Amino acid sequence: MVAERSSELKPDSTCKPMAVPKVCGLETEYGILVRGADNNPVTASALLINAYTGVAQEQVAFDLIAEDPQRDARSPDPLDPYEFDPELEYAPVNAVLTNGARYYVDHAHPEMSTPEVRTPREAVIWDRAGEEIIRQSMAAAQRLVPDGAEILIHKNNSDGKGNSYGCHENYLVDRGLPFGKVISAVMAHFVTRQVFAGAGKVGCELPGMPSDSMPFQLSQRADFFEEEVGLETTVRRPIVNTRDEPHCDASKYRRLHVIAGDANMSEVATFLKVASTAMLLAAVEDEPTMELPALANPVRAITQISHDPTLSAVVSTYEGTTVRALDVQWQLFEIARSWVERTGGEAVGEADCALALQHWEHILSGLESNPLTVADRVDWVAKQRLINAYAERHNVVPGSAALRAIDLQYHDMRPSKGLASRCGLVTLVDDDEVQRATTQPPTSTRAYFRGRCVERYGNDIIAANWDSMVFDIGADPLRRVPMDDPLRGTAELVANVIDNSATAVDLVAALAEPIG
Amino acid sequence: MPDRIQRKKTERHVDEVTEAEVTPTESAAIDDLDDLLDEIDEILEENAEEFVRSYVQKGGE
Repeated sequence: MVAERSSELKPDSTCKPMAVPKVCGLETEYGILVRGADNNPVTASALLINAYTGVAQEQVAFDLIAEDPQRDARSPDPLDPYEFDPELEYAPVNAVLTNGARYYVDHAHPEMSTPEVRTPREAVIWDRAGEEIIRQSMAAAQRLVPDGAEILIHKNNSDGKGNSYGCHENYLVDRGLPFGKVISAVMAHFVTRQVFAGAGKVGCELPGMPSDSMPFQLSQRADFFEEEVGLETTVRRPIVNTRDEPHCDASKYRRLHVIAGDANMSEVATFLKVASTAMLLAAVEDEPTMELPALANPVRAITQISHDPTLSAVVSTYEGTTVRALDVQWQLFEIARSWVERTGGEAVGEADCALALQHWEHILSGLESNPLTVADRVDWVAKQRLINAYAERHNVVPGSAALRAIDLQYHDMRPSKGLASRCGLVTLVDDDEVQRATTQPPTSTRAYFRGRCVERYGNDIIAANWDSMVFDIGADPLRRVPMDDPLRGTAELVANVIDNSATAVDLVAALAEPIG
Repeated sequence: MPDRIQRKKTERHVDEVTEAEVTPTESAAIDDLDDLLDEIDEILEENAEEFVRSYVQKGGE
């Protein structure tokens, strides 16, 4: 090339990240307990899921091919049924539902992964839909278990005896944002957001501390975090998880996999947990050099904060000052608010941002003056209110069995027994929306393609995965349709081709190019 | 012991009404709480000790 064009030859060496749409989703591991029969959580989980999907019906299986980022998903490889996804140690049942969700047995728990959604409000809808599916599963399973037996399901994160299971979040992030920036964006938030997102717990499960030493703490999960950053999810749990399995185009996107949250019964808590995290990620994507609150010792801080329901505990910052969790949350709120003001909040959803900021400010203000004023939207406050009132009425001491039972029963999925639904929690979504979402997928992500295909061509689908579908079109080889982009495969892009394709053969022929 | 509850009974706190929510006044909230406690008394696991003891889970992610 000619020398005077050297400015055009200069490579764009830093691909400047920009906020990508915050496609997100929740994966919830539910507690499971069988009474009146052999308490095997693995078989009970399988029974629960099979009861819902119907063993007699063709059940669309999750593609058990091992993840391999180097593999070209466009080549129509024959499916090897004996390759196992290393994520799943126990996988007797692994179903993809018509709403695009994945419902399966993982580590001796029934797990529900919502379909990918475009906004935090949709995350609430499909999370609630997951709860409804669980309840329908329980009712169906009840007909299949021996007389006098019962399967109990809890949307919680701990058995109070040192065993924990997760409610994970997933967020689509620009691959161009260095992972160190991702960590900085969320670390202080994951440590402190428990002030509004904590589900509360009676007792303490910190190794070395006796369980009765604590009448109540903010979070179910705080006691279980031992590392700041790491790959593990079942031991030595890190506050920020480094799992890098994007299930989509890895050159464009990262999927941030979050394990540091409690399962919420409050819709507002779920909504704000997702929206706040999404806004902070988007804000840092847009401005990677922005200043962010940083704590000196996040692992120590997460339990210090959880263990003080008066919210006055202070933790050390990286700069050497001390702050309350609320102080950090106010800073993060301001970062999010400022980002929304500058950009409109499109990456998360304009309406969702406006509503989230409103709730965030209302809750932080309420927590400052009188937490009971937000008992209708913050799970730990609602739970503590029940526990304190019960303790006063019946004159029982902190840590009593009855109070632990209230802690557990707050998360009980049985409509006749669950306490959360009786607390007057504010709702954000209608029952109708939730009911529809048990069978229908979201329209603005590739979950639409997945859910519609499962519903329409279920018998001809060999397997489905987050980023591909494998069809049997009646002749070798099987056809894998890649779904590399979570933002494609939407109703806008594929509803017509699906509506006009009566069979999988028609669909495969009609798809001029891959979905992703 | 929960002196927090006794202290708050004498205050009134009314939040701004926004389109997103309506916050009940304290006195109404206390009536609700009594009703809720009555309900909890009815539906709480009868043998709390046994229930809590038997609630064991395998570790998950």
